[in-house]
Amino acid sequence: MTEIIQKVKNLSIGFKSKKGEEILILRNISTNIKKGETVGIVGESGSGKSTLALAMMGYVKHGLYTIGGECEFNSSNLLKMKNRDLEKIRGRKIAMIPQNAGQALTPNLKIGYQIDEALQLHSDLKEEEREQKISELLNKVRLPSPETIALRYPHELSGGQQQRVAVAMALAGTPDLLLLDEPTTGLDVTTQAHVLELLNFIAKDTGTSMVYVSHDLGAIAQVSDRIIVMYSGEIVLEGPSRDILKKPIHPYTYGLLKSIPKLSLAGLPQSMPGSQPQPGTMHRGCSFFDRCDFSEEKCKNNSPQLEYLEELNTSVRCFNYKSLMNDSQVNQTVNKIKTSLQDKEILNLSEVSISYAKQKLLDQVLNRISDDNPTVKDININIKKGETIALVGESGSGKSTILKSIAGLLRTKGGIIKFDQNRNLSSDLKERDPNDLRIIQLIFQNPDESLNPNHTVEEIIAQPLKLYFGLKGEELKKNIIDLLQKVRLGEFYMSRYPRQLSGGEKQRVAVARAFAAKPDIILCDEVTSALDVSVQAAVLNLLQQLKEDFGTTYIFVSHDLAVVRAISDRVAVLYQGRLCEVGPSKDVYQFPSHPYTEVLLGAVLEPDPDIKPKLVAEDIVEEKPPQKGCSFQGRCSRILGDICKNEVPPWQITNSGNSIRCHIPLKELQKDQVN
Amino acid sequence: MKLDNIYQEEKKSNFAKVSEIIITMASRPSGFIGLSILIFHVILAFISPYIAPYDFKAINPTLMLQAPSAEYWFGTDDLGRDVFTRTILGGRTALTITFFGSLIALLWGGLLGIFCGLVGGKTDDIVMRIVDAFLSIPWILAMLLIVSLLGTSTEVLIPALGFFYGKGIVRVARAATHDVIAKDFIVSARARGHSNFSIIWNEIIPNVRDAILVEGAMRWSWMLLGFSSLSFLGFGVSPPTPDWGLMISNARGLMSFAYWSVIAPIVGLSSLIIGINLTADAFAKALGIDRSTKAPV
Repeated sequence: MTEIIQKVKNLSIGFKSKKGEEILILRNISTNIKKGETVGIVGESGSGKSTLALAMMGYVKHGLYTIGGECEFNSSNLLKMKNRDLEKIRGRKIAMIPQNAGQALTPNLKIGYQIDEALQLHSDLKEEEREQKISELLNKVRLPSPETIALRYPHELSGGQQQRVAVAMALAGTPDLLLLDEPTTGLDVTTQAHVLELLNFIAKDTGTSMVYVSHDLGAIAQVSDRIIVMYSGEIVLEGPSRDILKKPIHPYTYGLLKSIPKLSLAGLPQSMPGSQPQPGTMHRGCSFFDRCDFSEEKCKNNSPQLEYLEELNTSVRCFNYKSLMNDSQVNQTVNKIKTSLQDKEILNLSEVSISYAKQKLLDQVLNRISDDNPTVKDININIKKGETIALVGESGSGKSTILKSIAGLLRTKGGIIKFDQNRNLSSDLKERDPNDLRIIQLIFQNPDESLNPNHTVEEIIAQPLKLYFGLKGEELKKNIIDLLQKVRLGEFYMSRYPRQLSGGEKQRVAVARAFAAKPDIILCDEVTSALDVSVQAAVLNLLQQLKEDFGTTYIFVSHDLAVVRAISDRVAVLYQGRLCEVGPSKDVYQFPSHPYTEVLLGAVLEPDPDIKPKLVAEDIVEEKPPQKGCSFQGRCSRILGDICKNEVPPWQITNSGNSIRCHIPLKELQKDQVN
Repeated sequence: MKLDNIYQEEKKSNFAKVSEIIITMASRPSGFIGLSILIFHVILAFISPYIAPYDFKAINPTLMLQAPSAEYWFGTDDLGRDVFTRTILGGRTALTITFFGSLIALLWGGLLGIFCGLVGGKTDDIVMRIVDAFLSIPWILAMLLIVSLLGTSTEVLIPALGFFYGKGIVRVARAATHDVIAKDFIVSARARGHSNFSIIWNEIIPNVRDAILVEGAMRWSWMLLGFSSLSFLGFGVSPPTPDWGLMISNARGLMSFAYWSVIAPIVGLSSLIIGINLTADAFAKALGIDRSTKAPV
């Protein structure tokens, strides 16, 4: 048997509430981390996964305290250790890679200096050796030309590079255990795939044990040997990663896997009802009871114990796991989306370009924008009534910028935005009349920011009703209750404040507010990316339902290609503010034809250990679109030569109505992908 | 995870909210002390005319500079007036003038700051440079100029103090607005087409109100110190009205042999300032605002 590095025994961590009750964040956790293995900890926000990871390096967040149990590392309990002794272990034996490397690096110190500092603290190398070691480390995390990187400041690196530097710093002390707290969550899909691949390589190369904390089953599937699924502060399922992802025997994991949209499957996944109980509200029974499809009477009052199944090498906390054992292949059923597409064109963007460039004085006086290389350029899209069109691309591809211009928050530099074939919407907010503003509503990414924390749900939804329809008194109230019912929230939510709602409920309120204006077009800016997976499916289903009821048109922006696949009729792929490919989502996903689409789709992580991401292009980040030629020339693996650098590629239209902007002939583009 | 999410709270009436804040403030030792001192001073200001043992302007040459005794608790000053009487009456003018002065400062400073923060661009640039210019003028010189031109009446002092102490609030209100303005609910309100007034009133003020109120409370104690300095220099309250600044100024020459006549007003003034500061601190903590402004004392 392999050596156990870290032993967590009956660990409970919690805090005292104002009323003096003890509220548990972690409840009786026991697990072992073996040498050289990678363990993935998954769970929704608030499940206690980060608290557990931090406890593994002997750290308990301010306000929390250890109620019982221990974290044993090298046969000493980290949670009882003095800070002096912990210092010797942290960094040298156990290292941590934070979620946001950009914030974890000191902004005013050079990369090389920061790594050197880690080396001084955590190794016994001499000064000359350290310099050597710095380049070695930077090489190991595959950063190009380590000597120049070492002289840069953190802000001069891209997000992916910063994360690599964080990995290099963690490796400086040659730790036995590496804790990673959502290390790829803020990164673009392509970068994420590269960083995960690097982590896999490092795990094999150095034999370091890793604990990988994430909410993303796709990422976990790529790296881990073993998976721990957490729910409401408890381990509900623990076992080899393949078994857990392929044959989950706990209802929560089963439901979770079913609610994740897949690239290979169009249509909306089934959602899990309800949400995770808040800590302190659970007193007896199984914590998953109210959301479980397999629950029985006894689950209500008795909490199941974690049971170890010898033959599967898996621990499960459920009375009914046997019923899942027989048919637990996750057969995903999806609700096919009905297309309510009409022939009528509702929004037309032609030759739209948008610039963030600061105006010069002369231009300000003449009220014009001069910028020969604008952020967004040459956007031509016709959107039909009732359509869901998705704009996809990495960060910086201009997708949110286009939304802002349609909403009037940003002036266009050139081109025309037309609503309903005759109304010109190229102007910004000030020049639009109230009705033009009403027909287009926005739903934002993060409901914490898009709902005023000092307004009740009633006041939030009343705003558009008062503004556009002048409703008052009883009529206003009736309308609000109506809208709340449409988003499946009860009347009693009216007096609540956003902070009293869960993430999914908040987003429902935001949806209700958007629909209150009776808009024709709703712009959805990453509406599900701040939500937990199980809630995400519910919100997507709700949006689809409302669309069918009201005949609304959605313009959907997302970086999550699987979500886009699930909900959209048509996809537009953007790179550096230029369109690469536009077409029905079915075709774009089946034959990704543009080289960039191929890169994007190849990098998507699926919660399946057998589907590995394809890494086609380098994950370089370009600051600015190229002055001339194809926008993707800098990263394209199939670049033809000078033609791509000098000439803007032409639109090529495939048989299925898919438009691709590339110099490579259609036949060749599609041929290569079949292989 | 937000730990306070656990308790489902219902919408509360304003009275319930205020009383909850006061209870939270008083549950901290520093807050309790601050609140007690402040309340003591406010009550004293109301009742002092009725409980004062002597006439504050009764001059009695035979009783010059008496040491504290059972009859004259805090002794008498160089004109034989009772120091105790003058001390308990001495905070009234200062408290009233600075209270209303702070209200004015809050109002104009807060609104202008929010407006600049929201509108941004050139308007913001111009207004803020003017505010900066005023900030660079030593306030006491400007005050002296105003007072010597327009006199020391209450109608002059309140707006003048309100103006000079509001400049700092403009900056705080503008910064607080900038924090809020980046949030999506403002973008959302803009995209819906609400007017600037509606955005300020409905969306911004509820979110910056606390920060501005705390700043206003701090300004109050600064203003109190400022007003007393004016009196000390002879530009505040005119004699024989009892006032701490004026009393300190009159008695400071006699400090070496009649310390009592100067200690009583000093204790009065500093305890009030400390009380306001502690209260403002506790207020900020009760509202959950991290305040970096340093207290004046």
